[in-house]
Amino acid sequence: MKRTTNTPLVEMRDISISFGGIKAVDHVTVNLFAGEVVGLLGHNGAGKSTLIKCLSGAYRPDHGQVFIDGQKVTINNPRDARAQNIETIYQTLALADNLNAAANLFLGRELINSAGLLDEAQMEAETRKIMARLNPNFRKFNVPVSALSGGQRQSVAIARAVYFNAKILIMDEPTAALGPQETQMVAELIEELKKQGLGIFLIEHDIHNVMKLCDRASVMKNGQLVGTVDVDKVTDDEILGMIIMGKQSNQGV
Amino acid sequence: MTQDPFTDSNSSKKPQSKISPLTSFLRVTEIDTRLAGMAGALLLIWLGFHYYGLFVNGMGAFLTPRNLWNLSVQTSSIGIMATGMVLVIVTRNIDLSVGALVGVTAMMMGILQVEVLPQYLGLGHPAIWVITVIVGLIAGAIIGALHGWLIAYCRIPAFIVTLGGLLIWRGMAFISAGGKTISPVDQTFALLGGGPYGAIGAWGSWVVGLIACAGVLWMMQSGRAQRVKHDFPLRPMWAEVLLAAIGCGTIIGSVLLVNAYPLPKGIIKAMAAANNTIVPPEGIFISHGFAIPVLILISVGVLMTILLTRTRFGRYVFAIGGNPEAASLAGINTRWMTLKIFSLMGMLAGLAGAVASARLNSATNALGLLDELYVIAAAVIGGTSLAGGVGTIYGAILGALVMQSLQTGMVLIGFDTAIQQIVVGIVLVLAVYLDNLYRSKSK
Repeated sequence: MKRTTNTPLVEMRDISISFGGIKAVDHVTVNLFAGEVVGLLGHNGAGKSTLIKCLSGAYRPDHGQVFIDGQKVTINNPRDARAQNIETIYQTLALADNLNAAANLFLGRELINSAGLLDEAQMEAETRKIMARLNPNFRKFNVPVSALSGGQRQSVAIARAVYFNAKILIMDEPTAALGPQETQMVAELIEELKKQGLGIFLIEHDIHNVMKLCDRASVMKNGQLVGTVDVDKVTDDEILGMIIMGKQSNQGV
Repeated sequence: MTQDPFTDSNSSKKPQSKISPLTSFLRVTEIDTRLAGMAGALLLIWLGFHYYGLFVNGMGAFLTPRNLWNLSVQTSSIGIMATGMVLVIVTRNIDLSVGALVGVTAMMMGILQVEVLPQYLGLGHPAIWVITVIVGLIAGAIIGALHGWLIAYCRIPAFIVTLGGLLIWRGMAFISAGGKTISPVDQTFALLGGGPYGAIGAWGSWVVGLIACAGVLWMMQSGRAQRVKHDFPLRPMWAEVLLAAIGCGTIIGSVLLVNAYPLPKGIIKAMAAANNTIVPPEGIFISHGFAIPVLILISVGVLMTILLTRTRFGRYVFAIGGNPEAASLAGINTRWMTLKIFSLMGMLAGLAGAVASARLNSATNALGLLDELYVIAAAVIGGTSLAGGVGTIYGAILGALVMQSLQTGMVLIGFDTAIQQIVVGIVLVLAVYLDNLYRSKSK
């Protein structure tokens, strides 16, 4: 992993958030450099999704700061996050099932013409362009996304994140609902985006994907950060140990 | 990713599997099968009532210019509100208060134009109706916004807020006039309700009809130009011509229809007397033309369709209905949207209140009673899904027309109120069942 500067692209410093007295995230600090993939690991309920939702604007942390390129930023809602070029692919995909691919891709950022009305044709044309790159077999541009297969829906969600020139990408279990071929496609995409200099937070359960795709891994348990390791300096078993035991290994810190 | 055998739905290439000529016709012309189905159902209802009257009562009174003209006027107030109810239901809410809102806004407008404004402006001042309507619209919008605020920001379910609103505003309407009926309304205001004077005549109707035809042709031309620009598949030319012919034919047909309904003899005599002329013994044929409330309904329908299908606001309405969480994650302020939608619904109820009270020439306590049920039924019959995310403006207006046709038709053939209620209830349930069938088949 190359680090060209010492300033991380993203630093989430000392983040805490609780729901009804339960500390979902408890003083966690993670960072992410440009051109790097950082895996967020942990059991269900460890606080990974909650942590990244503080970055994507879905939640507001009770405590802690977020720095982008060393600058402190305030992210109060998803719009603020998008303004910082932070794009998120949610585990649920967050697609409006009754709308077509183009409407979902541009949701919240619709193209409008000179009369202030939606420019449907332009949006469809742009959607066709990006889908031709991501999923050349995609043809269903004029049906609601509820009529699409899991893989096709995933590619719409990915297209939405990629189209708007994200600098920081958050992927919450992007391959959970996919077959092997589609998983491979997502892996290739992650490699490509990494080369383009994006920073990617990847929430992932499959340890093999973590070893393959991630540069570093931050492990969480019960809302707390267990530790962050360089993936190529540890073994699968050591990472699994951190996830299960909640103990920092001695190597690769 | 996955190989899918589906061809592009825009493509005119036919899949290999055998399909019926009707299916391929519908596919090539891109005719909305829902719209076609509803138009067909409406035609069946009309023919049914007409021929039932003809064979059983010896007189088919339904398919006459007079009845259809009256039908169009009677549909206006429910139709105006149904367009707003689509937005409310699409976003997974409900508004039970619209009937009471008609009552309270009409009462406010009645008091304003009958008891307040004449004191300052003088009776019959031309500004009275304008001020009255604007105040009515604003009052409706404010009440709607209050409902929306309680629903979105105080998290009280829409059903409860608007059920409370139904009782509160009905009560307010009664109190504000002390239970009296306010009548008669301002003369110009009364034109909003239609009637012999509240129609635009033969020439006016032709002008409106020709403008509408030009609009249809322009829309088709610009749609085709967009497809050419982006290299999307085009409809074959014969399909374009056919669709244009159907659109313009319907418009010209309705112009001919409203122009075939003459003003009553008494009105013509009064008009002649006012102009110091004498009606010849064989009489004069003066057409009604389109009624003003119908033009209001059509304008509302066009504007609401543009709002719902061509603006960001409309796109967000559907997004919230389809997946509220996704809409919120996409940066849409769903609460603010809810407030705006209910405010718009309130404003349309205010407009419907103006039309309904103008038509009666008075503001009464019972005005708008049970309208909420007819408005919701119209939207639902028109294909608006109570599960949210699906609905069209034209469907809701057609739904209002279906409801009104049933009622008018049963009055004409002599069914009493109890039977009318039973039939309308059955049709509502049946329409939703058929809609479910249609949806599950089209998947």
